[in-house]
Amino acid sequence: MATDNILILLEVTPDGHLAKSNAGLLGIAAGLGKPVALIVTSQDDAERLSNAAAELGAAQVLLADDDSTSFVTPSVDALEGAYLATTPTAVIATHSAYARDVLARFAVRMGLAINVDAVDVTRDDQGIVARHSAYGGTYNVTSAVTYGAPVITLRAGVADARAVAQPVAAEKLLVTKSVRRSAVIDAREVSDAPVTSRPDLRGADRVISGGRGLGSAEGFTLVEQLADALGAAVGASRAAVDAGYVPQSSQVGQTGVQISPQLYVALGISGAIQHKAGMQTSKIIIAINKDETAPIFDVADYGVVGDVFTVVPKLLDALAAADS
Amino acid sequence: MKIVVLVKEVPDTWGERYLNLETGLADRHASARVIDEIVERGLEFAISWAAKNPGTEVIALSMAPVEATTNIRKALAMGADRAVLVADEVLVGADITLTAQVLAAALTHTGYDLIVAGDQTTDGAGGVIPAALAELLDLPLLSRLASIDVTGDEVRATHISERVTLSLSASLPAIVSVTERFPDPRLTNFKGIVSAKNKPLEVLSVADLGASIDVLGSARAILTDIEAKPPRVAGRKEVEDADSGKRLADFLKQNQLA
Ligand SMILES: Cc1cc2nc3c(=O)[nH]c(=O)nc-3n(C[C@H](O)[C@H](O)[C@H](O)COP(=O)(O)OP(=O)(O)OC[C@H]3O[C@@H](n4cnc5c(N)ncnc54)[C@H](O)[C@@H]3O)c2cc1C
Ligand SMILES: Cc1cc2nc3c(=O)[nH]c(=O)nc-3n(C[C@H](O)[C@H](O)[C@H](O)COP(=O)(O)OP(=O)(O)OC[C@H]3O[C@@H](n4cnc5c(N)ncnc54)[C@H](O)[C@@H]3O)c2cc1C
Repeated sequence: MATDNILILLEVTPDGHLAKSNAGLLGIAAGLGKPVALIVTSQDDAERLSNAAAELGAAQVLLADDDSTSFVTPSVDALEGAYLATTPTAVIATHSAYARDVLARFAVRMGLAINVDAVDVTRDDQGIVARHSAYGGTYNVTSAVTYGAPVITLRAGVADARAVAQPVAAEKLLVTKSVRRSAVIDAREVSDAPVTSRPDLRGADRVISGGRGLGSAEGFTLVEQLADALGAAVGASRAAVDAGYVPQSSQVGQTGVQISPQLYVALGISGAIQHKAGMQTSKIIIAINKDETAPIFDVADYGVVGDVFTVVPKLLDALAAADS
Repeated sequence: MKIVVLVKEVPDTWGERYLNLETGLADRHASARVIDEIVERGLEFAISWAAKNPGTEVIALSMAPVEATTNIRKALAMGADRAVLVADEVLVGADITLTAQVLAAALTHTGYDLIVAGDQTTDGAGGVIPAALAELLDLPLLSRLASIDVTGDEVRATHISERVTLSLSASLPAIVSVTERFPDPRLTNFKGIVSAKNKPLEVLSVADLGASIDVLGSARAILTDIEAKPPRVAGRKEVEDADSGKRLADFLKQNQLA
């Protein structure tokens, strides 16, 4: 087993917990070498987050102070410090808004190359390679870097690997503040975490999505009912998001999340190419749409040409009958 | 005030998109090419801001093969004042860091007060070029914006990510990246298309930029393998009847999904 350092930048949620995507990140890192986790956080949360990271498999935790007024640059400075202190073989983080900004600034600062939006990271005899699913899953692409440590962003929710828990080994990282210009954070507004027992859309095994065909926010509750009956996450098309039935974070597709669950059910979604780009690599696809020419049927394993408002209630009844 | 909009040409998402299986490069001839849909909104912002603030120059800057001229002209037809295209054989297949270095050199050539980019293209979908440029040019970055407000030499903007909304500010020069939340771009009209013909469009090579861009000497991302996935085949399709719900439930159970 390789013992070289794999540096990962962990992401902390607005309520001060480790983001769910970190488990897969540490799982991938443990398969490549020794996972060293950098956490940029406030002093108060440091100990609790170190313990959580060790529990998820971080062999070493580096802690850097967050600065709540400068946008992005404090994390870049911390990552630079962690990189210089650990000389890792690869630097990996989630392909999120936060980590993309941090890793891009870091990579050009250090003269390193970037592999973006990987769905897996492995090691072959040449070194670390990243696998990507390009153009909505039409192509499988493998990339590497010519030299230096690759800086990699990993798509959230795609990694199934989990690392074994490690004893806590946390230390404070000394960070030299750079003099780079940065935007100032004047105010910060955090929306409440959705109160739901449903799984996260990213990484969920089963996803039920609804489109414009649901007609209203009220109609959209049908999607939620089926999701709850199957223990599934809720997704949506952009038209459903634009119409305000669901928040933007539910959007599946090219400009939303790209997912590959075991089951994807599309209700009242036409199957525009930009929607398919986010779901066509799902294992099993079911579509219910009243237009028999809807393109969603081209990628569906099982299609029902019909009205969601009659088919789905019947399905719910059949599922309930089977349960009792 | 000089606003430079970074315009990337991408394959149209309304059609099939292809990667060349020999080279791994986006196949530019196989699909129709358009200006990236997100950055068009950035262009719209710049043009409408300029209309309200006389003395503003809007420059469309792109790095792409010369064939992209047609789409760059579209930016001029929408209302940009002039365009700069960096086109050079050595840039074929350029990765993120090389693209950022070339754009940084071109930006130094054009000059700028505000740089407007898209958050993430529909093509490479890296979503990293704006941050890379901020670092190379030592500029404040205001990324993933839902709205923006420029007054005097200050920019204020709203950054959105999953559950967090940040009010950001910076003094110019600065770089911003816009999202789908920005208003739809205007359509080009006949008058715009005609006037675009007389607007300057400068085509530059890497040598013209006079910058020491080391194409091969720096660490670069390379493609080592590519395969096309077989397209999905449609499965069974039936018209709704009284037993549809039951059959769907059975199908889910057979596949251990219920
Ligand atoms: C740059 C760009 C990026 C985009 N990114 C995304 C993206 O990330 N995700 C995305 O989803 N879209 C995206 N789109 C938009 C996309 O092109 C489509 O407009 C969108 O997916 C349509 O959503 P829809 O299928 O819900 O709506 P529609 O296309 O309006 O389809 C509604 C469907 O519901 C059916 N229907 C209506 N009533 C019923 C009923 N009672 N029972 C059953 N069926 C019914 C209709 O037959 C129809 O097929 C993007 C577009 C662009 C240009
Ligand atoms: C499927 C695919 C996967 C790729 N994977 C990688 C990879 O892992 N690593 C890597 O180094 N390269 C990769 N590339 C190449 C990379 O996409 C290009 O180098 C590209 O120029 C950066 O593009 P982006 O679309 O990812 O940019 P993004 O960072 O998503 O672009 C954001 C904004 O930057 C501006 N911008 C970006 N490119 C240009 C341009 N050429 N001209 C003007 N403005 C521009 C635009 O305003 C754009 O809206 C990949 C390309 C493809 C097609």
